[in-house]
Amino acid sequence: MRAAILIQRWYRQYVSRMEMRRRHTWNIFQSIEYAGEQDQVKLYNFLGYLMDNFTPSSSERNLISHIFRENEVCRDPEWERYFCYKNIDVPAVYSGPRLIFPITIDQAAGLVEAFKNKQQLHSRYVLQLLLETWKLLRMLPNINRISTCHSKEITICGDLHGQLEDLLLIFYKNGMPSLDTPYVFNGDFVDRGKDSIEILLILFAFMLVYPGDVHLNRGNHEDHIINLRYGFTREVLGKYKLHGKRILKLLQKIFSWLPLATVIDQKVLIVHGGLSDMTDLAVISRVDRHRVSWRYDAGRWPLPMLVTASHNSSSAPLSPLNSNPVPRTALTPPMMNGNRQVSHLSEILDLLWSDPMDQDGCIANEVRGCGCYWGPDMTEKFLNKHNLQLIIRSHECKQEGYEFCHNRKVLTLFSASNYYEVGSNRGAYIRLGPDLVPYFIQYQASDMTRELTLRQSVGRTERSALKALREQLFAHKTDLLSAFQEFDKENTGMISLNNWATAVGNVLHLDLPWRTLRSQLVTTTLHDMLDYQDWFQELAIKEPSHVDQTVLDTLYRHRSTLETIFRIVDTDNSGLISFEDFRQTWKLLSAFLKMEITDEAISDLVVSIDTNKDGSIDIDEFMEAFRLVDRSSAPPSTASARIQCSSLSPKSSGSDRSLPSGKVGFAEGCLPCCC
Amino acid sequence: MAEDRENAEAIISEVHKKISDAFDVFDHERNKTVDVREIGTIIRSLGCFPTEGELQEFITEIEEEEATGYIRFERFLPTMTKLLMERKFRPIPEDLLLQAFEVLDQEKKGHLGTEELTKYMTQDGEPFTQEEMEEMLSAAADPDKNVIFYKDFVSMLTVDDK
Repeated sequence: MRAAILIQRWYRQYVSRMEMRRRHTWNIFQSIEYAGEQDQVKLYNFLGYLMDNFTPSSSERNLISHIFRENEVCRDPEWERYFCYKNIDVPAVYSGPRLIFPITIDQAAGLVEAFKNKQQLHSRYVLQLLLETWKLLRMLPNINRISTCHSKEITICGDLHGQLEDLLLIFYKNGMPSLDTPYVFNGDFVDRGKDSIEILLILFAFMLVYPGDVHLNRGNHEDHIINLRYGFTREVLGKYKLHGKRILKLLQKIFSWLPLATVIDQKVLIVHGGLSDMTDLAVISRVDRHRVSWRYDAGRWPLPMLVTASHNSSSAPLSPLNSNPVPRTALTPPMMNGNRQVSHLSEILDLLWSDPMDQDGCIANEVRGCGCYWGPDMTEKFLNKHNLQLIIRSHECKQEGYEFCHNRKVLTLFSASNYYEVGSNRGAYIRLGPDLVPYFIQYQASDMTRELTLRQSVGRTERSALKALREQLFAHKTDLLSAFQEFDKENTGMISLNNWATAVGNVLHLDLPWRTLRSQLVTTTLHDMLDYQDWFQELAIKEPSHVDQTVLDTLYRHRSTLETIFRIVDTDNSGLISFEDFRQTWKLLSAFLKMEITDEAISDLVVSIDTNKDGSIDIDEFMEAFRLVDRSSAPPSTASARIQCSSLSPKSSGSDRSLPSGKVGFAEGCLPCCC
Repeated sequence: MAEDRENAEAIISEVHKKISDAFDVFDHERNKTVDVREIGTIIRSLGCFPTEGELQEFITEIEEEEATGYIRFERFLPTMTKLLMERKFRPIPEDLLLQAFEVLDQEKKGHLGTEELTKYMTQDGEPFTQEEMEEMLSAAADPDKNVIFYKDFVSMLTVDDK
């Protein structure tokens, strides 16, 4: 019937276009996310380089040296004194859970209930719980070996990233951990989501109650350096103003003691990231995992630095196989190769950072800046070598919550639903019985009563991604302007859409289909030409200010890095840094970016942001000042703010969405009795 | 004259880039091939509205002599370029679409029942799979009344098209 065919043709085309849009949206989020991770790795490398190349008395060195003082040589009694919780009083007015150790199952369940009701655990109990956790973890091996004997089905969860609703949903559907319901949590419990500390406390509590039935693997985000950028540090300091610093220090130790992998029935390996050609479980079992920590790569530094994505060619693809792949041979310095003989750092980083790829071989993971990409042949070799049959890993967000690859020998499992945006993806967990065949349960935590249709979820996620992309475009305004002017030698102020796409691709270094995205980023054109000054106006509103434009653009583009450096410099974690320290921070940043900033420009900036006039700069207020107005059809619920550089707006209450590269919520102010 | 040729070249170059972008989305192994089952999505996302039959013809034309299950970009590009330049498989005008729905709506109620629509879509023409049907219903059906107000449905989806 002709009518039927017409409708079917039309609808199928519609579905295909939606699918394409969904994939593009995914690409946007992912490429921005990984570019951020890469940036963090570079920052750390850079700071390490500074450490080695500045004289001991240099002020820059003093600012940052403390993050390189890893597990300082310190005897246990000293640590015990530092972490002592006993003199922390709990006021009578505190209505949260009061823990009595050794912790019981009722108390663990009570914690879950309390967090569900948005209560906060008092810092005294937090420290106590963490101390007990630390003691337990020190006794665990690098690789947990467990079994499905007695017909026990083991439940395995992937990344949670501070999304408490997902953990609660899993417990609701699957039951809380118990002797009959053993769990393995595969890393990345923290960062990005807003309830990272609550998730940790729950997982640790259950682990203390059932040490043989709750197993935690370390993820790449269980790392205090990463936490500086991706929100966990901020969350803890926000929720625990008095004792946050101690809690973070104790967590630093706990993270370093988390086991690296779990093996079930000697057949299934569970690890957060994956493998490399160097991975050998026997070697991994023997390392001192808590002593292994980041060291920047002396062999690789210094190399020309670009502050955006990979740097092999001007339009660097994010795919692992560039035209000049970076093989891991002795000839080419590998990406993140510590001193292998001594510390096996790179093998451990490989476990936590690597991603699978479709091609055979093993190459450096330049997209993330750490670990590698490994191919199906590596999987095959590895499984045969260790007599295993399946690798379960996480680390990458997947639309359906899970995905097989490498001939179904590698399974990616991701448990944070709606990770990029509401409706972007489902989460999943697995149950594994003695037959070792994974059984999947998918879910999507949402406070909406009805599931979003394909159209709604794509639309919403897309809007979010486009907003993030617009922010990136705006942040690169100066460079884009130069690039456009290259095409517009006669200074007409107009540029063809083709040239627009080329220029944007060259400046942004994000491997995205700009021509396809163009219609959503450029709305007013005349005969296929664009007035680019007008277009910049479309992207944002800015107050005129006496501060130099380039400086503002830089600040905006590198907010995340700047904030990270702030938090490193803020040694007492007070949220305030002095003018002088701010000047030094700025100098560090400009060295990192290889930019020249005059002292005058910095002074202007400093004066304009000290609203308290008390000679110090509040980090949060400073970061608040640089946000983008989204003029194009933002849904009313999206928060927006004006860019103000001459004065700061008062600190806004409530949550806000921060950068595209990190999902951070501001704490709503900690309850005064819980600090 | 030279300018025309330049323009024509520029246009073709743009078309090539668009096709390449769309193709790359499904080129998982980065070796300029895609699974043949994704060709439909790629073609449609570029703005074409082929029937399943026309799609199959297209695929047969660009497949290898011995079908491998994969389509190579070198074969895809010229044929796809031709399709776009000739503007084959033009978009369907909204009024034509409405007429089609009205044909199905024999009683001229202004809406179709979910069972009614399901019957047509899964039995006539080039039948939908169950999955396709469910997705269409979830987007189209008014959840309270269990009917599809097709005029609204058509407007809604057409707005999404750029």
